[in-house]
Amino acid sequence: MAAGGKIDPMHQFAIEPIFGSFGHNNPFVFTNSALWTLIVLATIWLFMFGGMKRELIPGRWQLAVEGLIAFVDDMVNVSIGPEGKKFLPWVFTAFVFLLFANLIGDMPFGIVAAAHPFSITAQFTFTGVMSLITFAIVLGVGFWKHGLHFFSLFVPKDAPFVFKIFIAPIELISFLVRPFSLGLRPFIAMFAGHVLLDVFGNFVVQALNSHSAGGIGVWLLSMLFIMFVSMIELLVAAIQAYVFAILTSLYIGEAVNLH
Amino acid sequence: MDLASAKLIGAGLAAIGCGAASAGVGYVFGSFLQSAIRNPAASDGQQGRLYIGFAAAELLGLMAFAVAMLILFAF
Repeated sequence: MAAGGKIDPMHQFAIEPIFGSFGHNNPFVFTNSALWTLIVLATIWLFMFGGMKRELIPGRWQLAVEGLIAFVDDMVNVSIGPEGKKFLPWVFTAFVFLLFANLIGDMPFGIVAAAHPFSITAQFTFTGVMSLITFAIVLGVGFWKHGLHFFSLFVPKDAPFVFKIFIAPIELISFLVRPFSLGLRPFIAMFAGHVLLDVFGNFVVQALNSHSAGGIGVWLLSMLFIMFVSMIELLVAAIQAYVFAILTSLYIGEAVNLH
Repeated sequence: MDLASAKLIGAGLAAIGCGAASAGVGYVFGSFLQSAIRNPAASDGQQGRLYIGFAAAELLGLMAFAVAMLILFAF
């Protein structure tokens, strides 16, 4: 964070080693990205295992976990159909991982300690690999279940032949773009939000350092805007996880049912 | 015009796309509300489609943002 100087909103996304260092082909580097991935995993495990006691009368914690599972289960059943149960593990994993990673990336721990949260879903490596897994499932299930008949996914069934010639390439292109758009969406949403928060956080510091009457106004406005954007960010974190999960189950549903 | 100022102008032009996408997102939610108020009983079943439409409209705005960021920081 550059106070008073040039604003550098990209610095927060830099992957830096915590133990060890890059170079000399050293593959064992523990970075801030790895640390925050482990923190996200630990939080998910804490949340899930805390609610998996299977008591007859569920407490609040168990109710939260069961509600989350039922939510994703409903979504999968609606989008994929009766075969959806098989794909619940991946959809649920993706949803919970994105949700927790997004929310933890938004946490203002930087105020409490020096450890600034590193938002792992603001890296395309994470979301891109997740969308690649989704597409591996889509292609694998599609070809396993339907063989080469899977290509009829690109051809609308009841259209006249002239339309089919034009629509099939368009459908093919839209299918090929999906892995990018699926992974790009949560990445850019998180990335944009963090850039915005960083820029306005710098405005707050710089306005207070300017010691002028206008500075107080800028400080107040920036502070209010940061609060507003933080709330929007919490909403976006949940929405992006939901959208990723529902699009994943829709794509898998298309591959399973072929229209 | 030197490269630095051309870069800033280009990034600003790319950011127009974010505004256009916001109109699209507003249209998605607006038309959902319009029809949901006419038939509240059917609205809960269409929430998934609402978010798919929202995601499709939002993605293009996010891409405009990505292009702006690329112009600013990658070149």
